[in-house]
Amino acid sequence: MTLSKDEILRYSRHLIVPEVGMEGQLKLKAAKVLLVGTGGLGAPLGLYLAATGIGRIGLVDFDVVDFTNLQRQVIHFTKDVGRPKIESAAEKMQAINPNVEIVKHEVALSSENAMEILKDYDLVVDGTDNFPTRYLVNDACVLLGKPNVYGSIFRFEGQATVFAYQGGPCYRCLYPEPPPPGLVPSCAEGGVLGILPGTIGLIQATETVKLILGIGEPLVGRLLLYDALGMHFRELKLRKNPECPICGDHPTITKLIDYHQFCGVPQQPPKEESKLTDDEIEVTEVKEKLDRGDNFVLIDVREPHEYQICNIPAAKLIPLGEVGKRLGELDPDADIVIHCKSGMRSARACGILKAAGFKHVRNMKGGILAWSDRVDRSVPKY
Amino acid sequence: MAKILIPTPLRQFTATRDSVTVHGATVGEVLTALTTEFPDLRKQIFTDEGKLRSFVNVYLNDEDIRYLGKDATPAADSDTLSLVPSIAGGAWGRRGTLWVRLPTPGARGETR
Repeated sequence: MTLSKDEILRYSRHLIVPEVGMEGQLKLKAAKVLLVGTGGLGAPLGLYLAATGIGRIGLVDFDVVDFTNLQRQVIHFTKDVGRPKIESAAEKMQAINPNVEIVKHEVALSSENAMEILKDYDLVVDGTDNFPTRYLVNDACVLLGKPNVYGSIFRFEGQATVFAYQGGPCYRCLYPEPPPPGLVPSCAEGGVLGILPGTIGLIQATETVKLILGIGEPLVGRLLLYDALGMHFRELKLRKNPECPICGDHPTITKLIDYHQFCGVPQQPPKEESKLTDDEIEVTEVKEKLDRGDNFVLIDVREPHEYQICNIPAAKLIPLGEVGKRLGELDPDADIVIHCKSGMRSARACGILKAAGFKHVRNMKGGILAWSDRVDRSVPKY
Repeated sequence: MAKILIPTPLRQFTATRDSVTVHGATVGEVLTALTTEFPDLRKQIFTDEGKLRSFVNVYLNDEDIRYLGKDATPAADSDTLSLVPSIAGGAWGRRGTLWVRLPTPGARGETR
């Protein structure tokens, strides 16, 4: 393998760094990296790994670009909304560096396909956003002996490390189990500073390149914590757990398992067009009640910062966390309708009220998002 | 006595404080003191049987207490404890999943 004249010019700022040089650049060109996810973490990873001259980059994603992605997923542009992320990402990466071979795996990574997809790559970068896929990527990497460059983010905080590098600790050594069944996806708690995945994704990109070049001190056996608000980096020791079920002394997991079951996450989210239950009310019926001037109480259990984004003016704001201690403000015999963003938190609030003896409590199905879709399109969605 | 660093996802249970200093001679005592001061935090980090949840790690300075003396690990005034929960986020798209447990119906009303 050699570099063409054009490639030598393109990579000249690498070639004149002694630690990289021609030898290092050829290692990058020979490298095959799999990037799982082209979202927040995957966006900077894809752009920089392409620019840096990795020979083959595999992408795994089956999602479609939407407007809420654009605040942080810088590989996708406004014009790409509605397109498959994998197409959008591959196009930008190819535009940055036509020398890179992009392999598109437009599938949901699963126990059935993970080994087959991962086996052709030297190294895997985990840019996913959910527990089942993280455990799946970890286990497949351990079983195949591939390093797993890990990063995750929440609001203003991030974590990064390299798992399963030359027999080093894996994700299960750090967290043996995911959150147990019964824990729910929360519409209350999401959100991330748009820049944060840039910082964490580029730490992953840096580690990827270091591992390929074989230079420096890899982020192995160390969990890097980043706090953007305090602007602190901290490092915790990450040890291999001898009792780890997959990489320990006596492994009990020897092939991929059912990760949705393991994580207690239903594989298929409930369909939106599911039937209305007795505890639910359609947004259109709530609108009719308001228009008729019915005597009822509409409660919004979102957070105050969400109420500021959009609201139904007739609604009384009682954030979910305060519902229990503000029951005294409500009449147990009143006709009560509760809403949140999409219906998850309001269902919880309905449960709290019913347990407290409230008789006529219903959940506004689909929340304010459904209200925006079906009652008042001027209400912004978020 | 030790300082405990509270990560973002748990700050809603500590009146938004990012660090809390409590008394206790061991890690176990410090965590008990912490969850006594902030009862809502108890369910987040302990199981009903009082065991630390397997997706929340506790570090004494930079070392995982699982590899020290677990709950019995001595905690000095100068020590910093960190609670480090498992976070899954990477894109926070529609498929984002959070580990935070919402209050079970009725439970919050009974405890407050």
